[in-house]
Amino acid sequence: MKTFAESHFPGRLIAVEGLDGSGKSTQIYLLKRWLEAEGIKVYFSEWNSSELVKSATSKGKKRELLTPTTFSLIHATDFADRYERHLVPLLRAGYIVLCDRYIFTAFARDVTRGCPPDWVRGNYSFACIPDLTMFFKADLDVSLNRILEGRPKLKFFEAGMDLRLSNDPYESFKIFQGRILDQYLAMTKEFSFVIIDANQAVEKQQVIVRKLVSDRIDLKKFKRRSPLPLPPSIRVVREEIEIEKEEDKVA
Amino acid sequence: MNKPRRFYGHGIPRVNSEDLRGTLIVVEGADGSGRSTQIAELVKWLETSGRATVQVGLKRSTLVSEELERAQEGNVLSRTTLALFYATDFADQLENLILPALKSGFIVLADRYIYTLMARDMVRGMNEVWLKNLYGIAPEPDAVFYLTVEPQELVQRNLAKTATLDYWESGMDLGFSRDMFDSFLKYQTAMGEAFRELQKSYHFEIIDANRSIASVTKELHKKIGALLEQD
Repeated sequence: MKTFAESHFPGRLIAVEGLDGSGKSTQIYLLKRWLEAEGIKVYFSEWNSSELVKSATSKGKKRELLTPTTFSLIHATDFADRYERHLVPLLRAGYIVLCDRYIFTAFARDVTRGCPPDWVRGNYSFACIPDLTMFFKADLDVSLNRILEGRPKLKFFEAGMDLRLSNDPYESFKIFQGRILDQYLAMTKEFSFVIIDANQAVEKQQVIVRKLVSDRIDLKKFKRRSPLPLPPSIRVVREEIEIEKEEDKVA
Repeated sequence: MNKPRRFYGHGIPRVNSEDLRGTLIVVEGADGSGRSTQIAELVKWLETSGRATVQVGLKRSTLVSEELERAQEGNVLSRTTLALFYATDFADQLENLILPALKSGFIVLADRYIYTLMARDMVRGMNEVWLKNLYGIAPEPDAVFYLTVEPQELVQRNLAKTATLDYWESGMDLGFSRDMFDSFLKYQTAMGEAFRELQKSYHFEIIDANRSIASVTKELHKKIGALLEQD
């Protein structure tokens, strides 16, 4: 599998991965704010967010209709829709695309659910791999506490209840997340994840993230073109309007 | 069955193919090939002889059929997305209908199967290796009959039936031609070629359906009768 740079896309894709509660979403949000402020063409995309597929996914989850196979396929459909309609055109247009979760989320979760690794990887093989993947590695207990403190009611699939690991959703969630973490760690080398210690303070992590991004990607190439100077005639009109306004005030 | 059941590829997690002791019969063919008519005939024939049947088709899943319909109406899905959406629909029916019925020893009659889905995707430029991996979840049927009809004859049959040509069965999304009649012929020709390509790997039986309904039925009865006697 090739990166977007290796596939000669003018744009670059940066992905963050990690367990729920690892703080990755906060970090990519802060990265986005920084890139925007720098005048970079940037687009942010979230896992499981395609409008078209959403109603099927939420129905499947609510009614607990999903099996490991259909869970995997419906997320692949969602990803393909975002990939073909948003990510590829933006990357062709030279954007920096930021993804909160990418195909590795599917690799880790679906395999934990029992799908064959080769099958899952094959299904996602139409996608290029990110130019930079940051894996936010927090102690399992830290991630679990963050989630379990803030959101006491766990959803069925989120807790991995379909795997029948335990009748207690909290216990099931802990076992499930632990297994997903193992899957992620096993992929680290193969997909060149950069591991970020997510036990550190948010600001400290962000300094590392920004440094990493500016070292790896020549950001000045991705700046928005500065707005063209207005032709003289329009400038005049604008001044006139301003003058009129001033007059209005006086009146 | 005289041969053990297998999945084409990786199969479905925690499903043992040997437990699928029923019979899976697939009828493939374009709209107008007489597919549905033949399946209705087969159901009648099998049930009269005291055998339990279950019928499945495409785009009938509880999970995604409505969403798939809506997305198609807007024609907004790209080819990979459409391929995966159809695969989701297929997998949902596979796990909720086909596999339980086969486990219970039913005869499952599939009005189209993975081959139509693969052929449609191939015509739209999807990679055959990718498709084979994706549909490795499917169990190998006991028999697959592909009803072939010349595109010129298909046009006549479709127009005689509804006086219109279906947008998707004419491959209008592919931009072969703005003329629906032309596009239908080109698309059905391309589908026929994709089926012949798939035949190399999947070895289904090609049935000439340019004939009368009754003579096709007779041939199917003969072949399926022989298959069931092997039990």
